[in-house]
Amino acid sequence: MGKNIIEKVWEQHVVHREEGKPDLLYIDLHLIHEVTSPQAFEGLRLAGRKVRRTDLCFATMDHNVPTKNLPTINDPIAKKQIMTLAENAKEFGIELADIGHPDQGIVHVIGPELGLTQPGKTIVCGDSHTATHGAFGAIAFGIGTSEVEHVLSTQTLWQLKPPTMEIRVNGELGLGVTAKDIILAIIAKWGIGVGTGHIVEYTGEAIRKLSMEERMTICNMSIEAGAKAGLISPDEITVEFLRGRRHVPQGEQFEEAAKYWLSLASDQDATYDVVLEIDADEIEPIVTWGTNPAMGVGVSKTVPTAADYNNEADRAALNKALEYMDLQEGQNITDIEIQHVFIGSCTNSRINDLRAAADIVKGDKIAPGVKGIVVPGSWSTKRQAEEEGLHQIFLDAGFEWRESGCSACLGMNEDVIPSGERCASTSNRNFEGRQGAGARTHLVSPAMAAAAAIHGRFVDVRKLQKQEA
Amino acid sequence: MEPINIVNSIYAPLDRKNVDTDQIISKEFLKRIERTGFGQYVFYHWRFDKDGKPNEDFVLNKPEYNSAEILVAQDNFGCGSSREHAPWAILDYGFRVVIAPSFADIFHNNCFKNGILPIKLTEAECDELLEKGLEKAQAIEVNLEQQTVTTGYGKTYSFTIDPYYKQMLLNGWDEISLTFQYEDQIAAYEKKRIAY
Ligand code: SF4
Repeated sequence: MGKNIIEKVWEQHVVHREEGKPDLLYIDLHLIHEVTSPQAFEGLRLAGRKVRRTDLCFATMDHNVPTKNLPTINDPIAKKQIMTLAENAKEFGIELADIGHPDQGIVHVIGPELGLTQPGKTIVCGDSHTATHGAFGAIAFGIGTSEVEHVLSTQTLWQLKPPTMEIRVNGELGLGVTAKDIILAIIAKWGIGVGTGHIVEYTGEAIRKLSMEERMTICNMSIEAGAKAGLISPDEITVEFLRGRRHVPQGEQFEEAAKYWLSLASDQDATYDVVLEIDADEIEPIVTWGTNPAMGVGVSKTVPTAADYNNEADRAALNKALEYMDLQEGQNITDIEIQHVFIGSCTNSRINDLRAAADIVKGDKIAPGVKGIVVPGSWSTKRQAEEEGLHQIFLDAGFEWRESGCSACLGMNEDVIPSGERCASTSNRNFEGRQGAGARTHLVSPAMAAAAAIHGRFVDVRKLQKQEA
Repeated sequence: MEPINIVNSIYAPLDRKNVDTDQIISKEFLKRIERTGFGQYVFYHWRFDKDGKPNEDFVLNKPEYNSAEILVAQDNFGCGSSREHAPWAILDYGFRVVIAPSFADIFHNNCFKNGILPIKLTEAECDELLEKGLEKAQAIEVNLEQQTVTTGYGKTYSFTIDPYYKQMLLNGWDEISLTFQYEDQIAAYEKKRIAY
């Protein structure tokens, strides 16, 4: 019987296996950022331990960094965290893309850009969106700070082998429908707990056609579906994305690596513990209306009503979400007015995302009263966008063009949405207070966010495209 | 890490589903570089209103639940970000045990590394605990060795737990020292591992 990629990669990394214990798993790449690492380094120091494999670690700052007027950091505590990482990286000998470094950016954006992320690797980071790297066919998952310390000192982790899940996306996506809509549709359909405890492989025709950037968007939000990790089997698109990147082998050795990577893809007759299927042509651009990522509907639809739910708990959740979001049952999605637009985050801040948003914005102006910011995922993305003139399109339309960082995705720096105001956001979480106390977040694709900026409310991007055609 | 076995205490009934780590510890409090001192911020935006005044309706602000070392909640507790600040805050506030029908993976893992016992009971059992606990504050006894939760209303629930993690909690083991015992195997693995 065939094997799926999850089993193949997992088995290859088992250092020790014993009845009654989790597997001791080897970790190939450990990404580090400023918020979840200080206590881990402190732990090493207190115990007199060192980092076992500095060559398998890579650090950068992203969560706290200001996205304008660098290198000034106004918040003294953020500054302390950022400086602490720089000191720790130096003391323990870990490569760092520091503030001002040309490679700096959101950790999940730069890992793939630098070619650190590769098929078949086990990748961890003290951040739940580590699943992003699964787009390459890696087992990539978020860990807590104690585990960060464990990986630093042993390069391993004790892990119970999780069950596997296949989510198959059949058919073809419609015009104006994106990878973001696929993953939001998956979560809306099966809920935020659907993947709990599982590693998910996304398969099917619609997935195979996606670019690497789009695959990253999907894997990124695996955690919003509750999964431990999400991945996609590598293929030629994966190989071509990696060719020539700094940390992949070059020349003949690359071809050898590519052959190995492709061999990891799930076998035709592979099986999974759970299999779910969804049709791509059923999916429309999604807008979340509530306070968790499963509370989303197609843009042509309305906010749900109590009658749409068959139990008390769900109805209570609906009411609570609507109260927080200040929305009415049955309201048209396209009647929701927004005051802010955030294009950024590790979900949607890559070059293709900026291109998609710029495409919509080009030649238009942001609606009066709307504030928009565009935050490229990395300095390298920013340079590329500027070469293509995308920044000018955004600036002409009235957007702010920022420097790279997590920014308003979680509002740890100055980029917060004021209480009671509404933001169309390309990020991944719409929890209460995520973008600022009392802020109301609607998750959408970059194209949908851009269109909302122009119209001051949600509009169906498919209609815009039809008009132009 | 402090070992844990029997906890006999009032429990705080937090009747909510999908309690996420942003709610457990809001991002504005993540900037400390120590592991301690997060307890004062736990559930901050539920405990306090915009002006920083305590919200009297919130369960943790009611005096009868003051001494609770056990927290009972609904499904999917600890979902959201990987921040270990969430279990640190829960522990620092004084909780040693969290009971829910299900937990998010990273949070669940993080509990074991910090000497917090996460217990999965069925939804019906949690509902019953919540209902009784909201009626009036009551004590229960958690026994990790026996894997039981004994209520004051005459019921005893049993729970399952991974045997390895159970030993870790019972003994207060430091996982890194344990792993160092496998150093030879790690070194041997490194010799043969495929790396590009
Ligand atoms: S962009 Fe948002 S989700 Fe991504 S790593 Fe930063 S804070 Fe986390």
